Amino acid sequence: MLGEGILKGLAETARNFAGSYVSRERLTTVQYPEERVAPIEAARVFPFLVYDGADWEAGLRCVACQICEKECPPKCIYIEKSKDKKPDYVGKLQIYPARFDIDVSVCMSCQICVEVCPFEAIKMDTEFELATDNRFGGLLHDRKQLAKSNEYFHTIHPTEASEVDARLAEEKAKVEAKAKAAAEAAAAKAAAGAAPAATPGDKPAGGGE
Amino acid sequence: MLEKADQIFVLLLHWLVGFLPAGWQHGAGVVLCVATIVLLYPALFAIAVLLERKGLGRMQNRYGPNRVGLFGILQPVADGIKSLTKEDIVPYKADALVHFMAPLVLVVAVFMGFAVMPMGRNMVLVDMDASLLFFFAMGASTELSIFMAGWSSRNKYSLLGAMRAMAQMISYEVPLLLSSVVIVMMTGSLSLVKIVEAQNHYSWGLPHWYVFTPWGFAGFVMFVIASMAETNRSPFDLPEGESEIVAGYFTEYSGFKFALFFLGEYVGMFGISGLGATLFLGGWSAPFAFLSWVPSWIWFFAKVMAWICFFIWVRGTLPRLRQDQLMNFAWKFVLPMTLVNLMVAALWRFMGEGLLRWVVCSAIVVVVYAVMGRVEMRRGRLGPRSYRYAE
Repeated sequence: MLGEGILKGLAETARNFAGSYVSRERLTTVQYPEERVAPIEAARVFPFLVYDGADWEAGLRCVACQICEKECPPKCIYIEKSKDKKPDYVGKLQIYPARFDIDVSVCMSCQICVEVCPFEAIKMDTEFELATDNRFGGLLHDRKQLAKSNEYFHTIHPTEASEVDARLAEEKAKVEAKAKAAAEAAAAKAAAGAAPAATPGDKPAGGGE
Repeated sequence: MLEKADQIFVLLLHWLVGFLPAGWQHGAGVVLCVATIVLLYPALFAIAVLLERKGLGRMQNRYGPNRVGLFGILQPVADGIKSLTKEDIVPYKADALVHFMAPLVLVVAVFMGFAVMPMGRNMVLVDMDASLLFFFAMGASTELSIFMAGWSSRNKYSLLGAMRAMAQMISYEVPLLLSSVVIVMMTGSLSLVKIVEAQNHYSWGLPHWYVFTPWGFAGFVMFVIASMAETNRSPFDLPEGESEIVAGYFTEYSGFKFALFFLGEYVGMFGISGLGATLFLGGWSAPFAFLSWVPSWIWFFAKVMAWICFFIWVRGTLPRLRQDQLMNFAWKFVLPMTLVNLMVAALWRFMGEGLLRWVVCSAIVVVVYAVMGRVEMRRGRLGPRSYRYAE
């Protein structure tokens, strides 16, 4: 009969209304500032710079190659190269970013900077509470604010961080083996006598495939 | 003592105006009553908005507002402050005067209806002979303000919303009036005070409310449907359908003018619920004879709030109708039903006392409802609709 559906619907909403007072499982709301859901691993919000070791300035993996700056679609990254050089994780001397700024208000969380980075230096963070009361300075994050340790990377994206670590270790081992082989060859040549040692140039460290 | 509690507002009024010289007493009394009404209904509006937001939340398995004050009870205060501090924007091309007048006209028109509403024993501002007619006249003039708002905004969505509101409110005005006419036929009076008094007697402890008769029940159902459409409540909220036309006729309103529209809408709901309670649910009379000691005004407001809660419940349940469904429903179902109901009421009147008229009148109402429902559903005018191209 006409109107049956309406009565059924009314019964359903009444059941929901009463049920929401009886069983808490019905209420899916997470009351945010007090309650939080654990961030899921695939979450990505805003990039950060990974550093190894204890000192953030010394351990930054970034070599200021400026690929991310060029690739960034909304152009929110600003990098200034350093004049001097510091050793990277394999011990090779590299330049480092004297300035590395990202504008939160411009970044669109596309992750392209992460994908183009050959040095595993920039990764996506899960931190989302980036609101500030200063809309100019507060939204421009400098390299100190962006630098976060590799341990932190392990806590937020454990799978990805382990893969990255394995890859870097492999690279490092390869480089060391090559250096060792070169040294041995040089030693052999020196022992053999004459010609100057043809040292094979170091490949860029950690060229991630 | 209980007598005094029942008449407390009347006595309070007499005591207060007693301080004034005799010539001023009547005028001061009226001003005081009007001020009370104008303050009381916005307070009820705040409660109703809170109830609505919390109730709808619970129906959708959410908490609803629960941050401002204990369990969110101060949410209406926060809403009020917000709307007061917002910028009042008038479109550059708008007709500024009409744009400004529209919310005022709406609020004035909806408050006028309360002038004739008996809110308790002896608690009526103007005891007019044609108070039902006055109420409907005032209710119909809200349409004017809605069209003023839609037209003066110079916005296509506003105008579309206003056109929809016109079509809807004029269509449902007819069943609303016709479903109340049965009450007038039975009472023989257009005075709301007399209508309540006619229902305020009991047999075996049960009241003689009109809703407990076949024609009264049918009229009640039709009145509820038409009142929802008149007040633009969901499922008849096409004039302000957010998903289609932004906010309908008040798209271009912001700040306190928007709040006035919101207030006008809710006060209109109180008005129509109060009228419905007066016509069909015995106004301020108690639902059982043994509860007659409870002050009459408590019953009136309890009935109004129950009606509002039902509106909220329906809003949480039903999706919005489409324009053609709305019109089909009004003109091809509700209107014929009210006309049949008029016949049933006349039959009831002339069949005299006895069980027979109960059987005959109920049978007519139920059979007509069932047959019309079936026919309309089969023709596809009501009920689920199949789409030729979309599926």
